[in-house]
Formats: sequence, C-alpha cells, structure tokens
Amino acid sequence: MEMVATSRPANWFLAFYRSALGKKTVMALTGIVLFGFVFMHMAGNLKIFMGAEAFNHYAEFLRAAGEPILPHGVGLWMFRLVLLTCVALHITAATQLTLQNRRARPIAYKCLDPVQLGYAERTMRWSGYLMGIYIIYHLLHFTVGTAHRDFIAVNPYHNVISAFQFWPVAAVYIVANLLLGMHLYHGLWSLFQTLGCNHPRYNPWRRVFAVTFSIVVTAGFLSVPIAVLSGLVS
Amino acid sequence: MRLHLQIWRQENSSAPGRLVKYTLDDVSGDSSFLEMLDLLNEQLVGKGEVPVVFEHDCREGICGACGVMINGQAHGPSARTATCQLHMRTFKDGDTIQIEPWRSVAFPVIRDLMVDRTSMDRIVQAGGFISVRTGSAPEANLTPVPKGDSDEAFDAAACIGCGACVAQCPNGAAQLFTSAKVGHLNILPQGQPERYQRAAGMVARMEAEGFGSCSNYRECEAVCPKGISVDWIARMNRDFLLARLKGL
Amino acid sequence: MNLQSKIPAGPLADKWTNHRDHLKLVSPANRRKFKIIVVGSGLAGGAAAASFGEMGYNVECFCFQDSPRRAHSIAAQGGINAAKNYRNDGDSIWRLFYDTIKGGDFRAREANVYRLAEVSLEIIDQAVAQGVPFAREYGGLLDNRSFGGAQVARTFYARGQTGQQLLLGAYQALAKQIAAGTVKMTPRTEMLDLVVEDNRAQGIVVRDMITGEVRSHAAHTVVLATGGYSNVYNLSTNAIGCNTTAIWRAYRRGALFANPSFGQIHPTCIPQAGEHQSKLTLMSESLRNDGRIWVPMKTDETRAAGQIPESERDYFLERKYPAFGNLVPRDVASRNAKTVVDEGRGVGPMKNGVYLDVADAIPRLGRETIEERYGNLIEMYQRITGENAYSTPMRIFPAPHYTMGGLWVDYNLMSTIDGLFVIGEANFSDHGANRLGASALMQGLADGYFIAPYTVANYLSAHLGEEVGASGDAFRRTAEEVRQRTEKLLAVNGSRSVDSFHRELGRIVWDDCGMERVAQGMQQALAKIPALRDKFHQDVRVLGSGAELNQELERAGRVADYFDLAELMCRDALHRDESCGCHFRAEHQTDEGEALRHDDQFSYVAAWEHVGDGQEPRMHKEELSFEFVQPSQRSYK
Repeated sequence: MEMVATSRPANWFLAFYRSALGKKTVMALTGIVLFGFVFMHMAGNLKIFMGAEAFNHYAEFLRAAGEPILPHGVGLWMFRLVLLTCVALHITAATQLTLQNRRARPIAYKCLDPVQLGYAERTMRWSGYLMGIYIIYHLLHFTVGTAHRDFIAVNPYHNVISAFQFWPVAAVYIVANLLLGMHLYHGLWSLFQTLGCNHPRYNPWRRVFAVTFSIVVTAGFLSVPIAVLSGLVS
Repeated sequence: MRLHLQIWRQENSSAPGRLVKYTLDDVSGDSSFLEMLDLLNEQLVGKGEVPVVFEHDCREGICGACGVMINGQAHGPSARTATCQLHMRTFKDGDTIQIEPWRSVAFPVIRDLMVDRTSMDRIVQAGGFISVRTGSAPEANLTPVPKGDSDEAFDAAACIGCGACVAQCPNGAAQLFTSAKVGHLNILPQGQPERYQRAAGMVARMEAEGFGSCSNYRECEAVCPKGISVDWIARMNRDFLLARLKGL
Repeated sequence: MNLQSKIPAGPLADKWTNHRDHLKLVSPANRRKFKIIVVGSGLAGGAAAASFGEMGYNVECFCFQDSPRRAHSIAAQGGINAAKNYRNDGDSIWRLFYDTIKGGDFRAREANVYRLAEVSLEIIDQAVAQGVPFAREYGGLLDNRSFGGAQVARTFYARGQTGQQLLLGAYQALAKQIAAGTVKMTPRTEMLDLVVEDNRAQGIVVRDMITGEVRSHAAHTVVLATGGYSNVYNLSTNAIGCNTTAIWRAYRRGALFANPSFGQIHPTCIPQAGEHQSKLTLMSESLRNDGRIWVPMKTDETRAAGQIPESERDYFLERKYPAFGNLVPRDVASRNAKTVVDEGRGVGPMKNGVYLDVADAIPRLGRETIEERYGNLIEMYQRITGENAYSTPMRIFPAPHYTMGGLWVDYNLMSTIDGLFVIGEANFSDHGANRLGASALMQGLADGYFIAPYTVANYLSAHLGEEVGASGDAFRRTAEEVRQRTEKLLAVNGSRSVDSFHRELGRIVWDDCGMERVAQGMQQALAKIPALRDKFHQDVRVLGSGAELNQELERAGRVADYFDLAELMCRDALHRDESCGCHFRAEHQTDEGEALRHDDQFSYVAAWEHVGDGQEPRMHKEELSFEFVQPSQRSYK
C-alpha cells in the first residue's frame, strides 16, 4: 500500500500509458511538440533566402538561446533533448501500438479491400520509420557534420548550399520532406480526433488545418534544396 | 446469373480453415445476399454436403446478427447496407465473390462464417447503461433534453452491434462501436452522473478484450450500415482523457 | 378444467392497485434464495430479467441469439403508446384502454387491458430515464404522433426504430445486472422442453447451439418470453429465428393455448419477389398517410404503372371507404388488397401486390417534404426491389406480422401450469382479436417491468425454503425425450430440405388460415397438414449430428412444431364461427363486407388443452364479461 502511495504519480502515468488510448495520447502530444518544432525549423530555414549573414546569424542565435542563464549551447541541447525524447516516445508508442494491432488480428484476411483509406494513412507507419532514419542522417549531416563532405561548423549557410548542390543529397531531402508532408497530413488531423477535439461547427476546420500546414511545412522545406539546385541561392 | 463463390469453411474454433470454391447457377438479382447463401445451402443439402454456417436473424438490417466480408469489404460493396439488405443485383453474371468471416482476436470463429461477438456485450456490461431501478424513474418530461442532443444521441444509438467496424478496421479496433455506446448515453442529461466512469470502464474493457487501437483511418465509418460518424470516437477519447485526469 | 382468470373485484380503475397492494412479498434477504429462469431476452424477457436481477433474485436468462440485444423486438418501427396526454388532446388511461379493447374487437379482458393502459405511463418514464432517445420537440420535451388512425397523438417514437431503442434500454439494464452477477446470461441456447411435475414448472431442458449438448436447468419459477409464431406462415415479417417451440412444448406439458388463430396481417409489406425469398419486409404504415393505393381496373394488365391512365385505375380503398380512404384499419386494408389480387388485378412480376403511389403527394407537398417524411422507407424499398418510388409506384402486400394468440395466462400472467409465467407476445392476454399499432412494445414492457416482478414474487413467497435441482426423474425423462426427438429428425435422412417443407406448410396456412377464412378451406387444411407432417417425418433431410452446431437441425425442430401448431390454428379458426378483428370468416360479414361478430356465442377466449398425440385437443372457454364497456360494431364507411 505504502509503495503505491509514494510512487503514485509515476504509477498514474504508467497506468495511463499502458492503455492504447494513453499511448495514442502520448503520440498526439509529442506530435504537437514535433509539429511545432518542424514549423519553426521550416520558418527558420527560409532565412537562407535573406543571405548567408542572416542565416548564419540566426543559427548563432539558436546556439545562444537561454544565455546568460544557461551556458552557450546548453539551451539548444536541452531543446534537442526534449525533441529527441518526444521522437523516442512517439516511435515507441507507435511501435507498441502496431504490435498490439497485429495481435488484434492474428489470422489475416485472404482479401481486405479498404473502402476509403488514402495513401497518407496507409503509409503512416513507413513514413514514420523512414522519418526516424532521416532524422539520424540529418543530424549527422548538418548538426554533427560527420555525414557532410565539406562541413564547416561555424558556417551553416555554406554547409546547406554545398550539400544541396550535390543532387543526390538534395533528392534525399526532397523525398524525405514529401514523406513528412504526408505524415503531417494524416497526423495533424488525427491528433484532434485522439485528443477529443470535436465540435460540429469547427470539425471541418480540422481538415483544413491539416492540409494547410502540411503543405506549408512541406513547401517551405522543399524550397531550400530546390532553390539551391536551380541556382536561385548559391 | 451464375456466380463463383469462394467461401471460408472452418469446422470449429480450433480447426484450420480454408476457402472452398462453389459455383451457383440461377441466382436471381432480386434475392438478397443471404438468400443466395440459402440457395447454396439447399443445393449442398441436396448433394449430401454440409451446409455453410452463417449468422442471420431479422433480415431487415436492424438486428445486427448478419455480417460477412464480401470481396474484402465488411457487408459488401453497398454503402450503409447490412449483408441481409445487400441484393444480388449489385453483382454481375460470372462474378467471383469471396466470403470470409469477421476476423479479430476478440471475434473467434465458431464455424465457417459465424463468429463469437460476446466481447461486444462485455464492453456494454462495463458501463454501457444508466443505473435506474425499475419503477424509480422520474416523470419523463421532468428534464427537457435539447432536441439536438436527443437527435445526436439517437444517431449513436442507431448502432446495430454487427461488428463491421472491427472487421473492416486494418487494426481490428472496436472504437466506433464502443464510442457509439458511450456517446449515446454520455450526451444525454440522464447519462451525466456516470459519464466518466462509463468512458473509463468501457474503454478499459474494450482494450482488455484484445481489440486493436484506433489510427483514425475511418474505414469503420465507411462500412457502418448505420453510417455512425467517427466524431463519436473523438468524444469518447475526450471523456476518457477527462476521466483519467479525474483519477477514474 | 376450470379456468380461473383471477381478475380482482372492484372498480376497473382500482383493480390493479388493490391487487398489487395485496400481493405477497419476498423480503430482500430471501430473494437470492430463489432461482428464476427467464427464456427470451426481448422487451418482455429482457425487462423482466433485469428487474428480477436488480430486486436481488438469482436469475438465469436464455436466448437463442448470440446476444440478448438481437431479440426481434428490435425490429418494431412505429412507436409505443402511452396515455400521457402531453398533447392536451383529451387522452386518458380510459381512452387508451377503450381504444385498445375496441381495436381488439372485444375479445380481450377488460381488467388486463385497463392495467396495460395504466402502466403505460410508467413505461415511458422508465425508458426515458434509461436514455432511450425518443423524438423531442424544440422545447426539449417529448414528441408524440398519431398512429394507426388514433384520434389522439399518444405514440412515442424514436424515428422508425422505436423497438430497437426500447430494446437497447432493456438490454443495457440487463447488461448492468449481468455485470453485477445477479443475472447469468446464456445466449445461443434454445429451450426445447419444459420440465413439469405435479403440474408445476420445475425447469427447462435446453440445447447448447454450439456444442449440441442437451442440458437441464431447474428453478423455482420459469418465465417464458419467447415471442410470437407468425413464422408458421414461413414468409412473415418476423426474424428467421422466431419460433413457437418454447410455448408449444409448454402447451404439450399442460399449458393451455389461447386463441391460436388470432394473428395480425400487416398491410404494407414488400411483396414476395421469388420462390427462395426468406422473409417479407415491413414498411411503416405511415406511408398510407400520403400514398394512394390502387390497382388497374382490368385483369391481365400488362402496361407499366405510369402508362395506365387515371380512368383505368381503381383506388379501391377510397372507392369503398370514402370516409377513411387509404387510412382504414390494418385488417380492412389487408383484406381488400387480397381481394383485388385474387381477382387477378395484382401488380408486379408475380402479380402479387397493389400499388402504393406517392406521385399525387409530390406536387401537393413538394418532393422535399416527401423525402423528409419517407426518405428512409423509399431508400429501403429501392435497396430491396431496385425500383425508384419517386418514378414508379411502390408495390405492397399484406404479410403476417404479430400473433395475438399465445399461451393462456391469468391476471397474474401465470399459465395453467403452476409456476410457469408467460409474458409479452408469447401470451394471449391483452390484444384480443386484433392489436392496435404501437401496442406491442407497450405490452412487452408492461409485462416485463411492471407486472411480472410483482406477480412472480407473489408466487415465490409460498415456496420459500424449497430446494431445486435438475437431477430428478422428471428432468431425466424430459431430457431423454428431447434427445429422442433430435435423433428421430436426424435418422430420417430423406430427400427434401427443411425449408421446402416449411414453404409448403406456410402456403397452406396462408391460403386457408390467413386473412380470409372459410370453413371448407380450413377443413381441407386440417387434412393437408397432417399428411404433409407425415411426409416431413418420412422424407426430411437433416445432415450432420446433434452433437455440433447444426442450423438445419435447429430449423427442423422448429418446423416440426409448426406443423402441430398450424393444425391447432386451423382448428381454432374453424370452431370460431364468427368474424372478429383479424379473424375474418367470409361467412360472417356485414352487408358492407365488415367483420360480423356473434357476441352471443363467441364472447369468450378459446383455450386449448393438449390431451395426447393423435387426439383432438380439448377446448376450454373463458367467458368474457364486459362490465365497463359496451361492445359495439365498428364501421369505417
């Protein structure tokens, strides 16, 4: 009894997480954080159109976030830690739910013909896992630099331009961001459902929101490699 | 018309099953899908073969007893139509029709196309009621219920409990059924006192039965013979989350 | 046998209250010591089992469906009557009582019908508290509509699915008790016999429909709520599984069967489309409010409906009944449709229907209004027939729908077997020779929620301390007989399917004991039915074994009982040499072609006693006395 009393908050969360709806809620909440991040990330990326100085200044601003309370770079790392935790939780919950769903139908249909399932919904799982791999590559590429042929830590502008001038790298980013767009298209609508945001008057806007923001985010991200490839930015 | 049928035959819950091919002639377009199966069974009996077991009762789309996967879709290709109301004019001469039972770990096959859906009853037993003793009810018009709420409650209560939502869901989830049951009572003033216990209890039971989780694919809504909306799932999720926040 | 109806004395309005005040009680502490078996889980059975459970009795409930929620009460469309007078149109308990007893053509007990009208008020309260989403007005209060030609709006409804919603209410109450452990629910189990010893119900013998196991269950009392037997006609609006076996077996064990020939034929169903059709689908009678019913003037008309000019159409109901027109009562509408079809003026590919035409209403009300009122029905019609009712008139024909007859019960709803209660459509008690629209749901719930819980307790109070068990001789004997019956059906191994026999039997009963009955036809039927039954027992083919899931075997057992019931129906219809309500004897009609009662000779309930196989059943009369109302002859001209 005592054990239960002292460790109640943790137990409460674990009990909540143990239920599938709890996992879905965790996915929705981490999804919101991650969406907020990619949106800001995308907005920040557009600075590249303002030139090298603005872009590099912006990158430096991020590293200096939280100063002088926090030492240089620590704010950014804390932020990254939160994001990585969210990614980890998002992927773990998704994997566990996938396994649970497999168990829910141990004998498969000889034939199952979905009525209205779209491409984005169908590929949610795979777009998610591919995104996970892409994030690792992306971090190694632009953050750590080990996957970059010509990495200069203090010059992100140079790093971006030189990377995307090599077309296979640009292609990887374009494909990954299209996947991200699809993932967002279903995820952004889906999170309203999961979190129980439902009102007949505003329900149509959930879809509008999902479509708009998945397009905006994708278009924003894609604009950079395309601009570099086409020579618009150099 | 002539039809080529591929029907799942399985002797009992533990035996392996397989698709068996039959050819059926002189099927009338005016007969219902179940009458087509009746015709097949009558011919099988004539040949001394064991007829196909399938579930059915009212044959007017309200009892929810019937339901099979027809060419990979729960209740077949017509929208808002239970298997018993599907008519053979939907098919063409020479068509091949594949018929399988609902598949879910919570719906074990009993025989051929018949499955055990008592898991759905158990979900209702976990809170899908308003506790009112016989004879203890107040005068019916004492509490006005806004017409909109009452109509919405009806929309949810129209669920016939057939299980098509589970059958069609790629995840084998029972969210649409459970949320319709929760929603019907949770939207009414009479249902308020037990609202959050109901949501928490029924969701917990649903998950304990082994149903899958909801990925918001909306396949359930698409095959529901009563057109029940996935909006009910959102409402249930909200009540469930609030119940958990209240510590229920 | 002297039939004791046990109707309490006193003024009509006080009978039930006084009676209830003096019924014996079982104390809450003793209730769990009593075991009650409820067979059937529809409105009556579900409501009763739930009520017994919450009172604290030890209840076991059986149904043949996979879930209690599927009982055929679910299919009732129209609504449920209650004398609430919410519309301020002068309704009262008395008026509902009077309309019901008049609708039954004065062949029901005054006291029972009055009680039904009385408890109708509580039913609505109960259902609303359970969350039944009845239709409401914008102010949030309950809406009512006028139904079946009633002059007051007293029908509560939930779109066209009132039965479904009320059943879900009862089912949910039952689910709560199952969870609480007071009710043990056993689905997929069919009652195949009643165990009786010393004329007292001891329990039942059932067959597990999955394993085929035959089991016995003992109880202090058995409550049958197993519904009606319209499926004797093969084609009816009933669910495929609806059957007479439970009450028929009780009849063979000594319960009297009252007015077996009283069955209601519903006028607006979709006609049969082919030999292998398995059921008829009902479309709400409300269609008659705006639809006009007609057939071509000529026999052998070959033109499509749209090509037949006005002058060559016969709007036969409007012609014969100018005052009520298309809104004449169910039996009148049904009979007239049969007459024109018999004349060869039927429409459709099988010439077995009449047109129900909404074309005239479209310009008058606008297509939108028609869609709003009847859209779902027109859609259903299209799904079944493939025809569009906006461009081609719908085809309708009457179909068997509800049976007013059933096991005889006294005022306490107990049959002539001690401890055997019969509730809902399975008994005969409240509807006389015809049932008013929206009264079936009312009776099922009245019996289940508000009558049986009191009267069953009264019975049980005298049996405190008695042990029950299913190991006695009577149980062994009955279970053995059940096994033998099953073996016998399996052993025939003939050449014809069960369904083919059912179709043939249904045709006989429909032709000779259907909407219009004549002595000669019924005498022929009484010769044909035993001959067909013999053929059935010599040539039916039931494959598989009894020790497994065997749907053919289930059907065979039910059809075997229908043969016997059909015979009793014809016998009852033949003996009742008058017309009343649904029972229209062509020999007895007014000059206007209306049912002509003979109150001097037939103002009684005919209760039949089984005296042995091959012997004519013995008829007992329960005289009906009308102290409070004066039987009148109806007229719809």
